Amino acid sequence: MSQEFTFTVSDPEGMHARPAGLLVAKAQEYQSSIIVTRDGKSVDAKRIFGVMGLGVKQGDEVTVKVQGNDEVKAAAEFEQFLKENL
Amino acid sequence: MRTIQGVGVSAGIAIGAIRVLDTVDHAVERRVVDDPKAEVERFRAARDTAVNQLKQLRDRTAAEFGEGKAELFDTHQLMLQDPDYVESIEDLIASSRVNAEFAVNSTAEQFAAMFAAMDNSYMQARAADVKDVSRRVINVLEGRRGSGAQDGDGDSHIILAEDLAPSETVQLDRAKVLGFVTAKGSANSHTAILARTMGLPAIIGIGDGFDPADDGHTAVIDGTSGMVFVDPDEATLTEYQGKKAQYEEHLRLLQELKGKPTETKSGQQVRLYANIGRPSDVTAVLANDAEGIGLFRSEFLYLESEDYPTEEFQFEAYKEVAQKMGDRLVVIRTLDIGADKQVGYFNLEHEDNPALGYRAIRICLTRPEIFKVQLRALLRASVYGNIAIMLPMITSVQEVRDAKQILDEVKTELRGGHIDFNEHIQVGIMIETPASVIMADELAAEVDFFSIGTNDLTQYTLACDRQNPNLGRFADPHSPAVLRMIRMAVEAAHRHGIWCGICGELGADLELTDTFLEIGLDELSVSPTSVLPLRNAIRNH
Repeated sequence: MSQEFTFTVSDPEGMHARPAGLLVAKAQEYQSSIIVTRDGKSVDAKRIFGVMGLGVKQGDEVTVKVQGNDEVKAAAEFEQFLKENL
Repeated sequence: MRTIQGVGVSAGIAIGAIRVLDTVDHAVERRVVDDPKAEVERFRAARDTAVNQLKQLRDRTAAEFGEGKAELFDTHQLMLQDPDYVESIEDLIASSRVNAEFAVNSTAEQFAAMFAAMDNSYMQARAADVKDVSRRVINVLEGRRGSGAQDGDGDSHIILAEDLAPSETVQLDRAKVLGFVTAKGSANSHTAILARTMGLPAIIGIGDGFDPADDGHTAVIDGTSGMVFVDPDEATLTEYQGKKAQYEEHLRLLQELKGKPTETKSGQQVRLYANIGRPSDVTAVLANDAEGIGLFRSEFLYLESEDYPTEEFQFEAYKEVAQKMGDRLVVIRTLDIGADKQVGYFNLEHEDNPALGYRAIRICLTRPEIFKVQLRALLRASVYGNIAIMLPMITSVQEVRDAKQILDEVKTELRGGHIDFNEHIQVGIMIETPASVIMADELAAEVDFFSIGTNDLTQYTLACDRQNPNLGRFADPHSPAVLRMIRMAVEAAHRHGIWCGICGELGADLELTDTFLEIGLDELSVSPTSVLPLRNAIRNH
């Protein structure tokens, strides 16, 4: 089992250093693995260089896959977090 | 003396000895280690120390500059804890049996290269962050104190560096550092932003002007103009000591007078406005706490164009200023070219005496098609703030009526097109000809305000060409003839219940402030830097 959702980035600056840092810190709160995919490239949401290296810009659609013990809770909260911060 | 032009990113002037910071990435030695496991442990310990330093730096930055500025150092901590980064370093140590410093440096180069290759200038700039955090780990490994921390000793100085990382900037000892100059950097870098927050003059991008041999030499730096003078000569030193004192006086006045009313001890109030020549000047207007804009010269729109500026182009400029000023009044003077301001595409004929020639309102009234474009742009922009229209070079009531007739035609056109504008927009005139003073009572009945242009009023009243440098004592704006003209205009305005101000240079002349208060001027509009000294003089009256 795993949880999956898509999200479109609306922050004009995309996933730049500050929101990327917040995102990684948030992802690290959960046991589940969180994988972010954009254009076929997947990275671990708990790794700052991976997230920043994705180069996500405003308007990009990303897919988020959450898998692990707390996946339901993690997916719901993480989606909420993305909406509020990106 | 050596003069270097850089880019000023944080205002202010500093004079002092240069200290060159060794922030250049010095070569990291490559060694073979006997015990890779122990070397990995050495790296981990250094990494943890670096993360702790960043935590402290984060808290200190949050306390001094606010949470927003501190978050960068949270991201820096995450970078040092990133598993890909850590694995890359530890794998290098284990597989190649290299020392930790070398492994950190190689990994930093590799990750920085990834950012540098991205197609986004913001992300490209993050290469500097990777190098900054990695340098911190290497400094711990080498038992070296970070460059930012070495400033605790010695006298006050100006920092000169190849580049400064944000972490180095916030660690500069503000009691000792007078300002800084870097060879590289960008105006949007965190470093430039922090310098402004810290109130330190800063100049970036001096490029080849950077010379480590300048260490210990005296320098003058001007964070507004971006100029650096190494070993300044006596004249430069004196000049900048004066500018520095002036700037500090400005800051002191700002601290003391910002938001305070412009009012004499006996309660007489004067509206204190500023004069501008282009939309970007609004920054200075707001920084100097002016209460409005008493003269926005619209000439720049014409002087800087190759052809007649379009309605849209003008509308954007007026709208920008109106929006930035909010409720505060913005008086925009209509086209005032001719005389000393010539524009090629107007094809104005050569005149022997252009000051008495075809200029300003005279062009507008004979070529209404040009005037209408400007009036449409002004009216459309009027819904975005508090705009007033001011007509220059008026000599008769008929001219005002003709101009208002054209304005009414434009208003009718806009209404027909269902385009919004401020129906109650104020219309005023410049008082800058003796004829307008003599006819002031009749003119006051036609308009909402007067604004006295003292430069032209002096020229026309005293018959002294303002371009002629040899007239000296004859062209005295303190002449009783000029002052009596001003008094006559103010009295006529008040008889008709309208306000009267000055938007010429004379308004800022502190020797005349008492006279102007006694005459009863309602408004003074001066250059932005004169606003606070004038407010100070009025409050002490």
